[in-house]
Amino acid sequence: MQNSNRINYGQAIREGYAYLLANYKEVFVLGQGVWSPWYAGNSMLNLEKEFGKERVIDTPVSEAATTGAAIGASLCGYRAIVLHPRIDFMVLAMDAIVNQAAKWSHMFGGQSHPAVTFRAVVNRGGEQGAQHSQALHSWFAHIPGLRVVMPSTVADARDLLIAATLSDDPVLYIDDRWLYNDTDEIPPPDAVDIRSIQPRILREGNDVTVVACSYSTKLALEASIILGKEGISVEVIDLRVINPINHQVAINSVKKTGRLVAIDGGWSNCGLAAEVIAGVSEATPSYYWKKTPMRITLPGAPAPTSSALEKIYYIDSERLAEKIHTLFWTQ
Amino acid sequence: MATDILVKEHKWKTDLGQLSDPNSFNDKIDISGLSTKCLIEALHSMVRIRLAEQEIANLTTTGLVKCPIHLAIGQEAIPVGIAANLRKTDHAFGNHRSHGHYLAMGGDPRKLFAEIMGKFTGCSHGFGGSMHIYAKEVGFYGSVPIVAGTISLAVGASIAAKFDNNGDVAVAFFGDGACEEGVFHECLNISASMGLPMIFVVENNLFSSHLDVYFRQPSDRMARFAESAKIEHCTIDGNNVVEVITKSGALIEKMRLNSTPILIEAITYRWLGHAGPRDDIDVGVRRSHDEVLAWRKRDPIARALNALIDEEKYTLAEFNNYSEKIYREFKNMCADVTNDPFPPENTLMDFVYAK
Repeated sequence: MQNSNRINYGQAIREGYAYLLANYKEVFVLGQGVWSPWYAGNSMLNLEKEFGKERVIDTPVSEAATTGAAIGASLCGYRAIVLHPRIDFMVLAMDAIVNQAAKWSHMFGGQSHPAVTFRAVVNRGGEQGAQHSQALHSWFAHIPGLRVVMPSTVADARDLLIAATLSDDPVLYIDDRWLYNDTDEIPPPDAVDIRSIQPRILREGNDVTVVACSYSTKLALEASIILGKEGISVEVIDLRVINPINHQVAINSVKKTGRLVAIDGGWSNCGLAAEVIAGVSEATPSYYWKKTPMRITLPGAPAPTSSALEKIYYIDSERLAEKIHTLFWTQ
Repeated sequence: MATDILVKEHKWKTDLGQLSDPNSFNDKIDISGLSTKCLIEALHSMVRIRLAEQEIANLTTTGLVKCPIHLAIGQEAIPVGIAANLRKTDHAFGNHRSHGHYLAMGGDPRKLFAEIMGKFTGCSHGFGGSMHIYAKEVGFYGSVPIVAGTISLAVGASIAAKFDNNGDVAVAFFGDGACEEGVFHECLNISASMGLPMIFVVENNLFSSHLDVYFRQPSDRMARFAESAKIEHCTIDGNNVVEVITKSGALIEKMRLNSTPILIEAITYRWLGHAGPRDDIDVGVRRSHDEVLAWRKRDPIARALNALIDEEKYTLAEFNNYSEKIYREFKNMCADVTNDPFPPENTLMDFVYAK
């Protein structure tokens, strides 16, 4: 091992927890599987040994109750982070998230805010099938009052968790197991105000703007390298925060490139990619556009189990590069 | 269809027995064991809730109140009896029918009226109406109308209370309908397994919005659910304010010391319909005119008042004077509130996120 702080995405999440638990006595963690590497991989490893089982609480199999409890504690001076090791199971806690947490500030006239973080993990592939593979972020980004963040980089895996937890608003933090082995060298952690976090241009380019978040950003970066070899210069924008969404960075980029591709790991209809295209289109006069914008999403089917079908269902960087390439040879 | 209902009703046997029979427990209550001061305070608190709700009903009829209202007239002894055992540092959560919880805990009646009239001066700045009320200054953390929606939040508040470690507790007020929601059972289990200072208060009025418990559950006794989670519980006459104060008080005193959940099931009946100021006689199956009349005779206020008068601790004249004073106070308050401003248009977006 080198001396530098070169860590992977999962370890970065754990660093975020450790920073929060060490520096903020009002922070605590609960959820199913927080004492087990089974559920959260290396992202919570031995937290309970370091900070005690009173503050790092493994819970009964009760998504609705644990999520509501996280909200309730966060109305009483604490900052709870509740874990949902797969976002599919978090659907059982929809009332707490959508009806209670997201509405709480508004329906009581701004007097009370649940400073709660819902952490949901997207965990796909490996023939897990329809109920262990979903990426449901677009549902939640639809809801006013609920902030939704999706880190794609190692630094953001840690820093967005910190920003989410220190926010006075309810925040849904979604990480993706397909990013857990990505490594990077990152500076020491710091508290960032979630309201100041903007989309980030991860790669500059002049020919096409690609907007993505989470794992899709990684695919976009890989595809941009392939396309670069073919003489196409891709600008990659990582959204980071998808509610409230900031379209301005993408708008500015499209005014330069004239082409827009929105990539999303969710489905197409009423999804994040649709929102990106709508938001950019509304604010970008037609004379800027060289091509009709394109979205690249999952096929409109539940996740298959058979690996033969998984290969078709999930796009890879080569096929993504091919799709983006079509913008340059179709009419 | 009618035959099916009759057959089912015939086979159904109450587990509550006399507690759910309005022709029982309708005499004056036993007031030994509580000080006169405490009894009169409880009586006055019930009177304030009833008069406030009657005024809200009037305001609905005259059109000044436009939001949905859910009145708890007839159920006043439960919030009053529980609140008598709470501190301002406890954390209580309500439901769609929570005017009584708010007022019993000491919430400002003017802010309640203003809220229900949609005014910016309301307890939720006019963003809540009757169904979303809030008085954190007295420990009332909020009410919402999703059935069973706040039970898990109260469990979280009890985690906070356990962390704080100063004997505070959390309370969820909910009804027999909420006992049919899955999250209630999750909350019983989690609060027992984690050892949380959590009070489940089931206001069992024998009806969900419209449907008799006879058609919804194989038993009318909600406390049976506590047994599956090994939670200490009691089932009491919810129209006897002394019983609510003393029996809940004994359990609450104990749980403050050893951080355990309890469930209090209080049997009651709402005189009016699920929503609005009407009787809704024809809406609920088995909710007959005769039954409503019988329950009106099990009036928590009259039963306490009669006992106090009988034992010469209070007079009818004193009662009438107090009621008249509060009646006028609320009338004047509401007239005054009508001049209050509505939320300014620019506030629509102001409270979506914290500042």
